[in-house]
Formats: sequence, structure tokens, C-alpha cells
Amino acid sequence: MKNSLVQIRNLSFKYDENADYALKDVTFDIYEGEWLAIVGHNGSGKSTMAKLLNGLNFPKEGSITVDGLLLSEETVWDIRDKIGMVFQNPDNQFVGTTVQDDVAFGLENHGIEREEMIKRVHNALESVKMEQFLDQEPHHLSGGQKQRVAIAGVLALRPNIIVLDEATSMLDPRGREEVLETIRQLKASQEMTVISITHDLEEAAKADRMIVMNKGQLYREGSPEDIFQLDEELISLGLDIPFPVKMSKMLKGLNIPVSKHHLSEEELVEELWTSHLKM
Amino acid sequence: MDISLKNVEYRYQVNTPFERLAIQDVSIDIPSGTFLALIGHTGSGKSTVLQHLNALLKPTAGEVVIGERTITSEKKQKGLKAIRQKVAIVFQFPEHQLFEETVEKDICFGPMNFGVNEGEAKRRAHEAIKQVGLDESILQKSPFDLSGGQMRRVAIAGVLAMHPDVIVLDEPTAGLDPRGRKEIMDMFYQLHKERNLSTILVTHSMEDASRYADKIAIMHKGEVYKVGTPLDIFSDPEQLIKMGLDVPEVVKFQQKLEKTFGYKFAKTCLTIEEISQEMPRFLKRGEA
Repeated sequence: MKNSLVQIRNLSFKYDENADYALKDVTFDIYEGEWLAIVGHNGSGKSTMAKLLNGLNFPKEGSITVDGLLLSEETVWDIRDKIGMVFQNPDNQFVGTTVQDDVAFGLENHGIEREEMIKRVHNALESVKMEQFLDQEPHHLSGGQKQRVAIAGVLALRPNIIVLDEATSMLDPRGREEVLETIRQLKASQEMTVISITHDLEEAAKADRMIVMNKGQLYREGSPEDIFQLDEELISLGLDIPFPVKMSKMLKGLNIPVSKHHLSEEELVEELWTSHLKM
Repeated sequence: MDISLKNVEYRYQVNTPFERLAIQDVSIDIPSGTFLALIGHTGSGKSTVLQHLNALLKPTAGEVVIGERTITSEKKQKGLKAIRQKVAIVFQFPEHQLFEETVEKDICFGPMNFGVNEGEAKRRAHEAIKQVGLDESILQKSPFDLSGGQMRRVAIAGVLAMHPDVIVLDEPTAGLDPRGRKEIMDMFYQLHKERNLSTILVTHSMEDASRYADKIAIMHKGEVYKVGTPLDIFSDPEQLIKMGLDVPEVVKFQQKLEKTFGYKFAKTCLTIEEISQEMPRFLKRGEA
């Protein structure tokens, strides 16, 4: 069993006294080294959750504990060292005039020594494969490149957890794949914990675990296999079913032997091929 | 209204050290009633093409014919307002452009700006709000009290209230959840049919392009790489992938099957239903 790194307990939040709960009585754990995908319709509370996680807002009720530290106004800065955030719009998160200045920004704020800073900036940019762009101006970069620089800025601070708040939703397919591949490699090489808030169900299908939010509440928690068993229920929650699952279902309906609802096209092709050989 | 781009070239910041060729030799015909999807990755020139469709940009070479008007680099252009009322662009995240106190005022702003009187503008606001699937009671609310999805619909209603003949959509579903995405696209498709609009959809979603468009134009490095029906375009997936573009999931799946089995399907399938129908025949073929 993996170690629980973050404990979220009975979390509730309202943006306004008279408004409905944006988040209501949500409890779950985030485990060390996992890739957790949080999915849900627009307004289901996903982004509110992200904002509470690193203290951009504070919960009305309930608690968040990160790596043994209870989140409060006193601990928020220590917790932000542990959790790095990458947001949706690549153009809104640039502060530096060059790529390396941008990555250095967070380090400067932390009063890191110059020598150390240069080392970290280079390492961080290297790990997102942007080391050749040190002196480039941000507006010359593609969306995917910008997001990778944003990730480098987060990495330079060496957090244990990285939160992607729809970080790929404004990118083209190539940019999206670049960013996800970068994160996958980082997760493998640096044992990072990844929380991805996303509408992209094909991406969520590749996560270790998923949480489905609905109207501010935690609707379901489980492995992608478990979650995608919900099937039509997901559509009624404003979500969708990944293509391989749809395809598996459709083929089963035509009496083509498919043993389960596959989450990847490769698996489904493999099964069709194996059963074809036996025919 | 027919739109036609003929050998259009556009350079940004001509005669400065920053001069940059954005598009060249772009020719696309968009006869009235066409649903055209414009595809290509970031930087391929899609946005530059889009801005020529209602003369926000004037070509540096070639010509753009919009209905009766011809826009070229030479002519000093007057009265472009009429074009912009007929060809409406819904930019990305249009909800960021809402600004009025009430939804009704916001929707009325566009038509009144084009000389429609207040009574008529209000009538159009009522009509448009229903077309985007919202209740009329929302008209008196502040647009800033609405959810993100509702705000986007209000912004779109503002465009519909101008009664355009051509509607240009720049990534209209970005940031929406799967249901919102489908609802918005189905809504545009219905409007397209009912009002006999021309629709130009700029998108990264190959699924949407293949589902809704009659015609797809692919931009690559500032040029039109190919124009054709979805079937023409996706029959050669290898080429698209080589260019760093995506293909619909169904096409990808078909490709993987063909590679593993070592033979081809009888045709390129664009929907999950189509490929399912072909599947029994495909699976049996190896037996013979």
C-alpha cells in the first residue's frame, strides 16, 4: 500500500455566502507517486479543489493536510513549496522576459543563491527539453513550449506534487502530447506525484487513479477500469466514454468476442488479433 | 454569401525588420451554405486566414472575394462594416468580451452598433437567447452572474443577433466539458442547417471536423496543404500524422488494426458505427 501524501477531509467551500456550495463534504487521499486524474463537468468543483489545495482559497469547513502539514494561513507558504501548479492559459503565466528569467522568477522569490539558481534553471529546462530556448522571448514559443516552460518554473522549486489544472486544454494535439509526455517522464524519473484536472478522458484513462466530481461532490473514486465501467452514467454526468471503451462495447453488441471494455486501443487490437488467430 | 480566397498572401509588418510571411498562395472556395473545417497546428496560418474572411486583414497579394466585394492589397477599402455584419467571427473564449450590465444589453450591442433600432434589437435578443438554448429570463441578469458555459452561449447569442450569413468559429468549444462541447457543436450545426448559413470552423478536434464539415482545408506552414471532403482527407492518415496533425480516433484505430492484421479494410471508416459494420468482414478475411 502506498503512503498517503495528502489527506483531504470533509472539505466544503462557497465563493459567496449566498451561493451554493462549490465543494461539499469532499474526502479523499492522494498517494505518493501516483497520477491522479480529477474529472467532472464544468462547475463540478474541480478547479475549486485545485485552488484550495495550494491555499489560493481557504476551505469553509474541513481540512487539507499535505505531507504532515495542516494547511492554514500560517503554513500556506510551506505548502506552496510542496505543490506546484500549472494553469490552463499558457499566456497568463509568463512573468519573465526570457525563458530563463521566467523559470528563475520563483527561485528569486525564494531567495535562492545565484549559483544554485543557475544550476536549477538549467536542470529544470533540461528536464522539459527546453534548454535550447534559454534566451528566447516567451511570445516566440508555441503553446506546448510555453506550458513546458511553466512546468520548468514549477520543477525548479522542487515540489513533491504537481497540479495540472486543465494545463493542456488550450493546446493543439501536438502541444498536448508534448506536455503529457514531459510529465510522464518526470513522474517516472523523479517520483513526482501528479494531479491532473482534465476534460480529456483519453488522458484520464492513462492515470493510476481517477476521481469523478459532480455538482461539488465526490461522485466516485477508483481505477480508470472501475470508473469507465460506469458507462452511460458518465454521459449523464456531462462526461464521455473513451473511444476504446465505446468501440469494445459496440463490437460486443455485434457478437464479436471482446472480453472486456478495453481502455487502450492497443489492448483491443491485441485481443482482436489473438482471437482472430484462434478462429 | 460566397467567399473565395484567390492566391492570398499576407505578410505581417511589411517593410520593417520584423516582416514575416504568414500565409502564401492560399486559395479556398467557400460557396454559400458550406460547412468548412480549417485545420492545422498552431502557427500554420489558420488565424491569419480567418481574419481575411471579414476583411479584418487585407491581403498583401492575391484577392479575397466576399459576396459582391473584392478585397485586394491595392484598393483603399471603404464600408467594410457591411461585410462584418454579414460575416461574424466568434473568437476563442468569446465570454471574455461580455461587458454590459445585463445579458439583453450585451446581445443588443452588436446589432445596434450596426444601426438596428432598440426595439428590433431586443426582439432579436429574445430570439437569439432561445437559439442558444437558454431561457429568456436570463436576459435581465448580469452576464457576470452566469456560469462559464452560459456566458459562452450569451456571447454567441450576441453574434447571432447580428443575423450574419457567414459565421466563423475559432475553437468554439475550448475549455468546455464533453457534454458542453457536444451541445455547442450540435447547436451550431442546427443553426447552420436551419438558417442556411456558411460555417467556417477552426478547430484542433479532428472528431468535430469529420463529423460536421462538408469540406476540410488543411493549413501547413502558411499554405493550404489539401482541401477535400472528410473522406478524402482522412483516407491518407499517414501523411497527416507525418505533419504532426491528429486524425479521428476511428481512423487511428483502423490504422492500428490494418497494421497488425497485415491487410486493409474495404474502405476508410469515419464513424464508430461504420467500422463496427465492417468489422465482421474484416476479421474473417484472414481465413481464406
